[in-house]
Amino acid sequence: MQQEISFVEIAVIGGGPAGLCAALEAANAGARVVLLDRQDRLGGQLIKQTHRFFGSRSHRASERGINIAAELTGQVTSHPLIEALTGATVFGFYEDGVLGVEQEGRVFYLKPSRVIVATGASEKTLAFPNNDLPGIYGAGAVQTLVNVYGILPGKRVLMVGAGNIGVIVTYQLLQAGMEVAAIVEAAPGIGAYWVHAAKVRRAGVPIYTSHTIKRAYGGREVEGAVIWQLDEQGQPVPGTEKDFAVDTICLSVGLSPLVELLAQAGCRLAYVPQLGGHVPLRDANLQTTVPGVYVAGDAAGVEEASAAMMEGALAGLHAACSLGYGRAGYEARRRELQHQLDSLRSGPVGEKIRTGLARVLAG
Amino acid sequence: MLAVDGIPTPEDLAAKIPPPERLAKGPVVIAECFQPIPCDPCSHACPRQAIGPFEDINEIPQVDYDRCNGCGQCITRCPGLALFVVDLTYSEKEALVKLPYEFLPLPAEGQEVAGVNRVGEKVCRARVVKVVVTEKMDKTAVVWLAVPKELAMEVRHFVITHV
Repeated sequence: MQQEISFVEIAVIGGGPAGLCAALEAANAGARVVLLDRQDRLGGQLIKQTHRFFGSRSHRASERGINIAAELTGQVTSHPLIEALTGATVFGFYEDGVLGVEQEGRVFYLKPSRVIVATGASEKTLAFPNNDLPGIYGAGAVQTLVNVYGILPGKRVLMVGAGNIGVIVTYQLLQAGMEVAAIVEAAPGIGAYWVHAAKVRRAGVPIYTSHTIKRAYGGREVEGAVIWQLDEQGQPVPGTEKDFAVDTICLSVGLSPLVELLAQAGCRLAYVPQLGGHVPLRDANLQTTVPGVYVAGDAAGVEEASAAMMEGALAGLHAACSLGYGRAGYEARRRELQHQLDSLRSGPVGEKIRTGLARVLAG
Repeated sequence: MLAVDGIPTPEDLAAKIPPPERLAKGPVVIAECFQPIPCDPCSHACPRQAIGPFEDINEIPQVDYDRCNGCGQCITRCPGLALFVVDLTYSEKEALVKLPYEFLPLPAEGQEVAGVNRVGEKVCRARVVKVVVTEKMDKTAVVWLAVPKELAMEVRHFVITHV
C-alpha cells in the first residue's frame, strides 16, 4: 500500500487561540503552514467564550472570545500561505519527525520542518460518591452544549469550582436561563477574578468557599447533591451538610495540558502543578528539547486564552525565522510579543504562572 | 469579603464612593474593581481620561472625579462589568443608577423591576428610565434605573418580576 507523505514547512497541531496565532504569525513572516485540528470547526475554546477578555488592547481586551474566534479564523482561512485541515486528527508523532494524520477515513503522513504543538488541555474530574450519575458534566462540556449548540443540559445546576472558568460558566448558564443553586469551592478563597465573583453574586448565586461536594444522589440521573464544610486542614466537618436539589452538577476543577504528542516526539516533560500537570521543558522561544518542535497555549501550561494567543504568535514567529523567513523584523516583533505576554503574567494573579514557568524554562 | 464570598465589605466600598460634594454635582462613575488584575480597557474607554492611564496594567482603576462627567462610556467596555454610574441629583427622592446588563429579555422603558443589591437580594422597586443598546456595545446593554435615593449605593442589578 502506497503511503502518502508530504513535506511541509511548518505544521501547527491544534486550531485554538494558540494554534491560530502561531499559524498566522508564521505565514505573515512568509512560511508555508499546514494547520490541523481534529474538530470540524476552528477556534478551539474561543468558539464558546461569549464573555469579554481582560488584558490590554494588544490582548484584545474587552472583545468577546467568540468574536476573536471569528476574526482569527477568517484570517487563517483566507491566508494564501495557510492550508487549514479540520476534522483532521494527528494520531502519531514518529521518531523520524513524521506526523500521522487521519481525516475523514483517509490516512496520510506529513514530514514538517517545524512542528508547533498547540493541543490545549482537558478537564480534570473529581471523585465523590455517585459521580457517575447522568447529569454530571465538566464545565467545558456544559459550556459547549449551551454556548455552541444552544442546548440546556438541565434546569438547576450546582457548580463545583470557583476559578475563572467555574464562575464565568455560571454567569453564562444564568444568561441561558438556567438556575445556579450555588458555587462550591474547596479552597478558602475564590480563585476567580473578584469582578467575576461579584457579578454572579449580585445575580443571586451564593459562593461557598471551604466547602466540597459530599455526594450526589438520584435514581437514574442527578436529583441533588450534598455539600459540606472543610476545616483548615481540608477535612470535612460532620454536621455542616447542606442539601441542594439540582438536576445538573458541573465540575470546574482544573485542566491538564494535553502533551501526548510531545511525549511521543521525545520532548522532556516535567510535572509542574502550577501549570496544570505535565508540561514540556522549553526555551524562551517555546522550542522544546527536541529541535524544531515547539509548544504553545494550554499544552505548555494552563493560562488565559490571551496568553495562549501571545505564546502561539511567539512560537510561530521563531519557527518561521529559523527557516529563514521574516528575519528583518524578527527582533522587534519578538520583543513586542514578549512584552505583551509578560504584562499579562504580571501582578499578583500571575504569580502562580511565573512560579511554574521558572521550572520549565531552559536557559 | 470579596475573596471568600464575592461580596465587597463596607470598607472596600468606602474607598470607591466619591466624596459627597462630588455626588452633589451630578452623575459620576463608581469603579467597583478591587483586585489588581492585568486589565485596562476602562482607561482607554474614557473620553476625558478620568481613569488611568495605567503605568502598570495591574493597577486598580482610580477615578479622577473632577474629570469624570458620568457619561458612562466606560460601562460596557469593562470585561468584569464592574463600572456603574450614579446620579444623586436625578430628583428629590430618587437617584439614577446606570448599570451593565447582559440578560434577556431586556426590560421596557417605564417598566417596574426589583432592584437587587450586591448580595443578590431584592431591596426595592425600581423604575426603568432608559435602556441603551447599540451595536457598538456588543450585547451589553446599559439600563438606567430610578431607585430610592438612600439605595443608590446598594442597587447594582435588577430582576424582571413580571412581564
